[in-house]
Amino acid sequence: MATRLEKTDVVTVGVGWTGGIIAAELTKAGYNVVGLERGEDRSTKDFQMIHDEYRYDIHHDLMQDVSKETITFRNNRDERALPMRRLGSFLPGSGVGGAGVHWNGQTWRFLPYDLQIKSMTDEKYGSGKLGDEYTYQDWGISYEELEPYFYQFELVAGISGEDNPKGAPRSNEYPTPPMKSTPILDKFKNATSNMGLNPIQMPSANLSENYENPDGQTIAQCQYCGFCERFGCEYGAKSSPNVTVIPTAQQTGKFDMKTHSEVVEVIQEGGKATGVRFVDTVSGEEFIQPADVVVLTSYVLNNTRLLLQSNIGQPYNPENGQGVVGKNYCYQILPGAAGFFEDQKFNTYMGAGSLGATVDDYNGDNFDHSDLDFIHGGSISITQTGRRPIGSNLTPSGTPSWGPEFKKQSLNYHNRTLSVVAQGASIPHRENFMDLDPTYKDFYGNSLLRLTYDFTEQDRKLHQHITEVCGEIMKEMGADIIEKNQMDDHYDIVPYQTTHNTGGVIMGADAETSAVNNYLQMWDSESLFVVGASAFVHNGGYNPTGTVGALAYRAAEGIQQYLEQGGGQLVKSKSKSKLT
Amino acid sequence: MADEEKHKTDESRRQFLKNSGYFAGGLVGGGILGSVIGWQVDEDTQNQTQGEQTDQGNQGGPNFNRALKFFKNQEEFQRLSAATERIFPEDDNGPGAIKLGVPYFIDHELAGEYGNNDRLYMNGPFHEGTPYQGFQSRLKRKQIFKEGLRVMEQEAQNSHDDSFVNLDQEQQDEILTKFQNDEVKLRGVKASDFFGMLRESTLAGAFADPLYGGNTNMEGWRMKEFPGSQMSYMDEIGSEEFVEMEPRALYDHLH
Repeated sequence: MATRLEKTDVVTVGVGWTGGIIAAELTKAGYNVVGLERGEDRSTKDFQMIHDEYRYDIHHDLMQDVSKETITFRNNRDERALPMRRLGSFLPGSGVGGAGVHWNGQTWRFLPYDLQIKSMTDEKYGSGKLGDEYTYQDWGISYEELEPYFYQFELVAGISGEDNPKGAPRSNEYPTPPMKSTPILDKFKNATSNMGLNPIQMPSANLSENYENPDGQTIAQCQYCGFCERFGCEYGAKSSPNVTVIPTAQQTGKFDMKTHSEVVEVIQEGGKATGVRFVDTVSGEEFIQPADVVVLTSYVLNNTRLLLQSNIGQPYNPENGQGVVGKNYCYQILPGAAGFFEDQKFNTYMGAGSLGATVDDYNGDNFDHSDLDFIHGGSISITQTGRRPIGSNLTPSGTPSWGPEFKKQSLNYHNRTLSVVAQGASIPHRENFMDLDPTYKDFYGNSLLRLTYDFTEQDRKLHQHITEVCGEIMKEMGADIIEKNQMDDHYDIVPYQTTHNTGGVIMGADAETSAVNNYLQMWDSESLFVVGASAFVHNGGYNPTGTVGALAYRAAEGIQQYLEQGGGQLVKSKSKSKLT
Repeated sequence: MADEEKHKTDESRRQFLKNSGYFAGGLVGGGILGSVIGWQVDEDTQNQTQGEQTDQGNQGGPNFNRALKFFKNQEEFQRLSAATERIFPEDDNGPGAIKLGVPYFIDHELAGEYGNNDRLYMNGPFHEGTPYQGFQSRLKRKQIFKEGLRVMEQEAQNSHDDSFVNLDQEQQDEILTKFQNDEVKLRGVKASDFFGMLRESTLAGAFADPLYGGNTNMEGWRMKEFPGSQMSYMDEIGSEEFVEMEPRALYDHLH
């Protein structure tokens, strides 16, 4: 029998960026918060052996252990979904700080176009721009409404950046100046300037200088050591929950963080979430943590799974498009081009996770789509994140993947190759969704989440168009051999692509077509907030964390309002939910 | 051992060393393993300097890491060694897999978390999926290597009536290519899955921090001009020139 613990005001499921933000804001407001984290505790002092590609990158030390919990995957509904037995395509985090420990720190604001994508597309290009099978819709909030929350996140994380003429408009400067530029970045900036584009230094959570945030937490200056992407920072120079919002919450004395605590159910009574059931993964004991507000702050995949597992909200049905939980799963489309330089060598081993330069001229609706049969685009960047020797063996195509020629070419080009890559927007499709797998179970006997996903025609057209631009940039940069990214016939779960999974518990103005309102409060359970990229209605042309942070601050404000007013829906739905 | 058999074994060793680029005159005593894999060659041979790094510890004594904790018979280990050397051969740029200690690296990895699939989801049922669904074998990696090496020898015997380690480089490559292209059949796993693991672990052994037993003396990193674990590039990040520096390993963090 599960042991019932003392009731708390707020319980979060997961303690990463979103759980940490909720915990910091609510404890500062005087509420008691319990944070349940399935993984172990860790802080800067645990990253002293971090310069180890084999342990941290190849063997995913900081990431989810899929031996206990994974997903199943298929490209379409006619296939049998099989388990993702090994991490590959994306790398969800685990442990205190979550993926916020091993992220790169590329911190963007989604564009005004993203938040009102349907109405703005319809207005400019007519309602039939994409077919009905593409389930893109407005987010239920405008950029103007969300802007203060973006800034709140940037202040807490101390983001280093500069003005972006093609980016989302800003009312304030970045908290810290941009990072250092480098010859690699300058090459991209010069080339794109020559082409009439608008390059900027990428906004970064690897800070350009020492910084104290409004909560009094300090973040150190980045050392460009090259072990950032997939690693924790041994200097505390990468903004992470562990050096910002978690200590802020802890210093209030009102945050009770329990590690090795795996939540297996959200308890729903009388149409409201009243707590969670969790397992102590060390002792095996079960507990119930009652709370006035339950906040799901795990990754996209587990936010969705916990709702399905707990029978909360109407599961999405691709047959008729009804239901909302599991709907609008999106990923990131990755157009790009690699350039091989015969006579130039670059210091690719140096770098930082968000040391980069970007143009937004082909993002959102910054270019005219009248004669194009796709919408949106992506930010196009060059990054210098610290090239690693095991994982990076770049050769021109046609080179064998092993043997004498492979060795010769991969050594030769290791420091003679640069890549220009776009974060392409991913537009939802009726057939791309998540539900529960009928066969495979996790360590606790619960059904795995089943992902059904493939690339769409929209994705291919966007990829092709933006890849051409990337190729042009690489040509202007002077590469001797240019190889443009090819899109595979189908989405492949094996090679790493990006950990930018989104959707499943999407936000909106209407309970018929969305799962949460613009405070990320469930339409079908007023005491339950589901925070994260799970709320994204589509994935924009940027890395998602800046927007995740903004939504988390918005949700924190909503939770406080909810507690102060003693319950109730914070937003009125355009139409009534079927279940309420 | 009958004389004839002994002669054959010597020939095998000789051929293997030749293929591997370590044939350099007579072999001194010691175990077969030491003489073949550890290339304990004569004092005056050109390979001695490289050999010291692997076979000797910091105090000039033997490197006790150079023993096996997964493989049980030396023929299997030699076959693995020969295969890794074909994937990452010695050339003008520098040492190949064997000199880098890759076979020992793989042996040690197979004995631990990697070989036991500790971080892979291993619940059934098992079905062969589409190419887009990834690894679906019921076997642990340690079993996959055993099975792969067994079939590798079988292929060599069937095609060339000789052991894999005795074949010339082209013949060895031909067999490895069959694995890569799923033109041979393994029990419980696709040949290409085994080949993929062989390739990935060879490259990992060549370029992982030397603490894992490969990347001998950081020679793998030197070939890639990768300086390993440096604490800061604050002063170099803006350099227009390529900056060459002596690599450092995690060892430096503790000593």
